[in-house]
Amino acid sequence: MRIRTAGVVAVLGLALAASGCGDSGSDKPAAEQSASKATGGKLVIWADDKRTAALKPFAEEFGKENGVTVEVQAVSKDLQTNFVTASQQGSGPDVVVGAHDWIGNLVQNGAIDPVQLPAEQKTGFNETAIKAVTFNGQLYGVPYATENVALIRNTELAPEAPKTIEDLVATGKKLKAQKKATEILCLQSGQNGDAYHIYPLYTSAGGYLFGTAANGDYDPKDLGVGKPESIAAFQKIGKLGEKGDGALKRSITPENAISTFTGKKCAFLVSGPWAVADAKKANIKYDISPVPGFAGAKEAQPFVGVQAFYVAAKGKNKALAQEFVTNYVTKPELAVALYKAEPRPPALTAAFDQVKGEDADLAKFSEAGKNGQVLPAIPAMAAIWDPFGKAEAAVIGGADPAKTITAAGKTIQGQIK
Amino acid sequence: MSEPLSGPGSATRTPGREPARPGLPRSSRTARNHAPITATGLLVKVVLLGLVAGIALWAAFPLIEAGYWLGLGVLTVTTAGLFYLYLSRRHIPAKYLVPGTLFLIAFQIFPVLYTASTAFTNFGDGHRGSKDDAVVAIQTSSVKQVPGSTEYALTIATTGDPATGPLTFLLSDPKTKEVFAGDAGGLRQLDASDVTVSSLSGKITAADGYTVLNIGQASGRSDAITALIVPTDDGAIRSNGLTRAYEGKAARAYDAGCDCVKDSETGKTWTADEKIGSFVAADGERLTQGWKVNVGLKNFGAVLTDPNISKPFFGTLAWNFAFAIGSTGFTFLLGMAIALALHSPRMRGTNFYRVLLILPYAMPSFAMLLVWRDMFNTDFGLLNNLFGLDVDWFGGAWSARIAVLLVQLWLGYPYMFLVATGALQAIPRELTEATSVDGASPWQSFKAVTLPLLLVALSPLLIASFAYNFNNVNAILFTTEGGPFAPDNPRNGATDLLITYTYRLAFGAQGAEFGLAATVSIFIFAIVATVSAISFRRTRKQEEVYS
Repeated sequence: MRIRTAGVVAVLGLALAASGCGDSGSDKPAAEQSASKATGGKLVIWADDKRTAALKPFAEEFGKENGVTVEVQAVSKDLQTNFVTASQQGSGPDVVVGAHDWIGNLVQNGAIDPVQLPAEQKTGFNETAIKAVTFNGQLYGVPYATENVALIRNTELAPEAPKTIEDLVATGKKLKAQKKATEILCLQSGQNGDAYHIYPLYTSAGGYLFGTAANGDYDPKDLGVGKPESIAAFQKIGKLGEKGDGALKRSITPENAISTFTGKKCAFLVSGPWAVADAKKANIKYDISPVPGFAGAKEAQPFVGVQAFYVAAKGKNKALAQEFVTNYVTKPELAVALYKAEPRPPALTAAFDQVKGEDADLAKFSEAGKNGQVLPAIPAMAAIWDPFGKAEAAVIGGADPAKTITAAGKTIQGQIK
Repeated sequence: MSEPLSGPGSATRTPGREPARPGLPRSSRTARNHAPITATGLLVKVVLLGLVAGIALWAAFPLIEAGYWLGLGVLTVTTAGLFYLYLSRRHIPAKYLVPGTLFLIAFQIFPVLYTASTAFTNFGDGHRGSKDDAVVAIQTSSVKQVPGSTEYALTIATTGDPATGPLTFLLSDPKTKEVFAGDAGGLRQLDASDVTVSSLSGKITAADGYTVLNIGQASGRSDAITALIVPTDDGAIRSNGLTRAYEGKAARAYDAGCDCVKDSETGKTWTADEKIGSFVAADGERLTQGWKVNVGLKNFGAVLTDPNISKPFFGTLAWNFAFAIGSTGFTFLLGMAIALALHSPRMRGTNFYRVLLILPYAMPSFAMLLVWRDMFNTDFGLLNNLFGLDVDWFGGAWSARIAVLLVQLWLGYPYMFLVATGALQAIPRELTEATSVDGASPWQSFKAVTLPLLLVALSPLLIASFAYNFNNVNAILFTTEGGPFAPDNPRNGATDLLITYTYRLAFGAQGAEFGLAATVSIFIFAIVATVSAISFRRTRKQEEVYS
């Protein structure tokens, strides 16, 4: 009888195992077969939430036109890291959408391939955008939008665009004295600083991050942080800080900068196109102008960032991915749709001209970014953000600029291999 | 075979109904005396073993596909072992021990070993894959269009079946209108009269002797298309998507002879350095694409000797202990005090208070931490505005530490209150009443009776809470992010725990450095393990005294 119990268990177990086997064994090939027969290849695109929604209809259309399946998957957090990890394991997508300053890291991990765009297609793009996605002399992505910060001001409080930072501070102080505002300037810093938003002031005061190599790329060997120019720049920034004019404050954080502006507590906001939607919602009368520089100093140059499509090096369907990125993404209609999902100036000149008419802010942002500097995409840039931001916060809080920036420069230098 | 709990399959019999026949091995007959239970047990056994078999098969296919035979061997042996164990009537203690042991290996021992093995490598950004991966990436990323070469309109065609036949590129030059066919053998011109060229796209739509693949069909053979390279004098014609082709040349090529990468344009060479996993040129320049290598004890050396890492280590360790002890201690004191107050029989409306007190516990701590962070803001924060203060909470080292502990107290006391309430109710009131009869003051009776009994019940929880808070990343990353930082040291802040400090070292700059992070984790693991071992030993002594 014991044998019979064991036998029953064994037979049933095997039957269940066999059914499990049947499931995993036969389903997959069947699905693959039907996919290749009915629809040809499959293209997987990874993007963040907002862009996924905008991309979906176009991806479906591309799929229908060409008889392929296109899947747009939203990766809402840490898209870059997830992409690198997944592509290493061979489970990554064919196309990924992201900021151009990822390129250095994606290339060093062998995660993306260069893109070959014919010259006549290249000329259709904003020059800065093409420069941004060029790394080591190769084009690594197809840009679709540019972004940079500008000075957004509440025209009810400050009708005139300030020509210099000193003008801005004077206006801000007057408004504060009249109790019309509580802050002079909303430029986000927080306790750990924000290198991206302070950069226009840093450049205006004479600082730089990396020198330029012979081929036009940024040169990680020539680090500007810690050099006398950077110390002089931070001395000027420090004077605007908490112990000086009080225009820059650590209490203004990425979370509250825009809401403080829309709450009419400050007349000036340094932010990008993403802040405009909030200003509109709050019924603020606003205007956009370039971030002003210090009086008698260089002009303020914001970072210009570019959003781009990349072809994954380890994608399963590279040919189709190249087809999508080089021939489909370069269509103005897609750029316009992506602009509607999130209003950043399209990188495609034709698309930009198309939306320029209906959105005056766009031209103003683009004007503010005209003299901007392309955000460095070299891997060494990763070493800048954290120490630079913290040094900024310390200087704003009243720390000695020379000591602080020298230490930050040393830390960054130690991280650059 | 006489221990009462052992039975064939845990669900097949109730221990209490065990027939008392000591010395006599249980026969299968006794098992079937509990017929209904056996049926359930049998079913459970079949389902569970079926699941095991299913999971094993599900895991086997990818292993076979990847040719990972060692993994497959381990999987087969484990599965066979499990079937043998649960289908036989012997090895009864093992039946209880094996599942737990397997999970222990899978979820504890394996990660620890994996972390330890990572600590000896340079695994991180730029050094993720193998050397072959790096070589492929270097070569692919150096492919450039040959200057002045033609951009062809591409049509994918085959001489055989669209799904399997050998592929050919049908190329048309949009300027000269010449047409070509290209495959791995080279490029040859086609007679213009044999092909039809679309006037709209400039592509070849039909050619004698070839079957043209549409985009759907072609996309199904993506790998073959990407792999097809048509050699030419100046380089090779490669596909660019499915409708265009260009003549490109890889500027950099790997030479196995010298184990180096050569750039044919500049003549520069980068030689492989197996110690660091990079190709390095004579002038010290490294190619960005590297590979994962074993670096021995280099990471351990870095942790111990790099002044950036080792100098703040002990300061951070001290604060880390203060934080974990403070978080646990203060929450316990407050939680217990409230529990005692509500335990008093004279207290009215205790249920109402209890609900109120548990509220912080019911809200997600993740969101609460962010709310608290904003409440500590100098100019806009609720705390400063409400109390008319002007404290730069997160700007000063001590105020930031106090702030973090305050947040921890608010988040943590409901838990301590709950467990203390439970433990208090298990202490018989007669004991405290007896002390008061003996003339003890309430404080004396609390100190001599209630607290020791509470601690017996709560000590393991306190140790667990300590260990949890010792590595409480969220509490720091969502509030101060480790700050404030000294102006001259952006790498270590006043409220940094070892784990947030490690996180910054590993991911803060220059991309991810998993190797270094794993090394610091091993140090932290050693510290936490030592602390836990000591405290459990002391608890055991305490239990012996009071039980």
